[in-house]
Amino acid sequence: MGDLFTTFNVVGALGITLLLTLFSALGALVIGTLVAIMRVSPVAFLNTVGAAFVNIVRNTPLTLIIVFCNIGFITNLGLSVSTDIARNNLVWAIVGLSIYHAAFVCESLRSGVNTVPTGQAEAARSIGLTFGQSLGAVLLPQAFRGAITPLGNTLIALTKNTTVATAIGVAEISGLMKEMIEFRSDLLIPIFLLVAFYFVLLTLPIGLVTTHLSTKLAVKR
Amino acid sequence: MSATVLFDNPGPKARARHRIVAIVSAVLVLLSLAWAISRFAAKDNLEPSKWLPFLTTDIWVNYLLPGLANTLKAALISMVLAGIFGVLFGMGRLAHNRFVRAFCTVIVEFFRSVPVLVMMFFTFYFVSFNFGSQLRSDTFPLIAVITGLTLYNGSVVAELLRSGVGSLPKGQREAGLAIGLTSGQVLRSVQLPQAITAMLPALVGQLVVVLKDTALGQIVTYPELLNTFQQIGSYKSNPVPALMVIAAIYVVINYLLTTAAGRLESYNRDKGRPTIPRAALGPAPVEVPTVGAARPHAEEKVPHKGHRAAKRPPGDS
Repeated sequence: MGDLFTTFNVVGALGITLLLTLFSALGALVIGTLVAIMRVSPVAFLNTVGAAFVNIVRNTPLTLIIVFCNIGFITNLGLSVSTDIARNNLVWAIVGLSIYHAAFVCESLRSGVNTVPTGQAEAARSIGLTFGQSLGAVLLPQAFRGAITPLGNTLIALTKNTTVATAIGVAEISGLMKEMIEFRSDLLIPIFLLVAFYFVLLTLPIGLVTTHLSTKLAVKR
Repeated sequence: MSATVLFDNPGPKARARHRIVAIVSAVLVLLSLAWAISRFAAKDNLEPSKWLPFLTTDIWVNYLLPGLANTLKAALISMVLAGIFGVLFGMGRLAHNRFVRAFCTVIVEFFRSVPVLVMMFFTFYFVSFNFGSQLRSDTFPLIAVITGLTLYNGSVVAELLRSGVGSLPKGQREAGLAIGLTSGQVLRSVQLPQAITAMLPALVGQLVVVLKDTALGQIVTYPELLNTFQQIGSYKSNPVPALMVIAAIYVVINYLLTTAAGRLESYNRDKGRPTIPRAALGPAPVEVPTVGAARPHAEEKVPHKGHRAAKRPPGDS
């Protein structure tokens, strides 16, 4: 068992999984917030664009999006960010993961906006705040706090979904798991348990922290 | 729409401003679309020869439809098995016996935390190492896909069932107990039938998740819909158009399923039945808003060991 760590770059692969999670989470949060703003804005055209984005992305398999990033953007269009193939795939995997999960971040935030009582929006308007001001200073801060549970669920899903990046050869843990099993078939179960518990270790605290935060940060009404 | 309370009815000035924002953003969207299309066109992706194959029966009968059939087969088998798994373990999590409850909780939480793809890889190799001589090797991917999807989605269904039972009025259980049913009988003949109605919309929504996750089969070489893009792509040398057509098929099917789930949800609501909102389903494990209430036994048997008290914000009596 111990020689797995010396033969294979297990720690490196675990790190790549963590890196994919962190950067994609950041990307998904930014894109998702922008799309959520578009979906609640008073401009009908922006609502339509936001809804179309969410409905298309949410109903497409993540594997397809990741494969498209590789086949469509790298191979076909030659949109390379780096001459290093591995780095290129890594960056595009982050882009694909961010776009996919942005749709869910957007829906989480919209459900968070729904938890804000109408009186808050009315009060913001009546003291003369513009849409942008009332959104930025009154609604979104409360919406984020009301959306912590669904946002946490999205983060958990994102953590697990980073494994899909193996479809375009990113050296994260599930790809390494496959490699290790093919090399050391006698260690099938220990290898599976190692990877499985890594994900339990990553996702369990997210669940606990978001449950704690969702009660701690809940806006008292 | 909740959005209507977010802003005043626009006056003439605001309308003019909105129009400017709409025009500017429309121009931006059109420009980026035009840029994308021109990039794709520059690589000959818009050649008729790359799109016309999708109007021939050859591509549909020999590639797309068999792929779609395999996708639907894997999704339906997994959903049925996940339903059975979910009911068993969901009931286990509501069981009277503390050890049954603990065991089911551990199983459900474990399979909810492990990525589906990791379970698929494990099953694939487990089957090929142990049953390699008995089974045809082309069944390994199907077994791997079904096992991975069943274990994950079964755990989700178990959680749904728990929140479905939790969403029922308390009187249902009390009435059952009062007429002398055991708590197991109450669960099976009173709570479960109602819980399943309540969770029906969420179950249909989960079917979307299952259908999307069958695409992971592409990674374990299961010949499902997404996998056909490689054959079509090398046959007609049009991988990008093939991916776009396949994406469109997924979007249409899943959009219809999502709409159906929404209809079911409003049907339940119109009938005044408890329903678990579909929105509770992300790509993620379901959010169970009624954790405390979903465990009726916890209230009478187990003293709250500070769990409840800790959840309440300090100073809020």
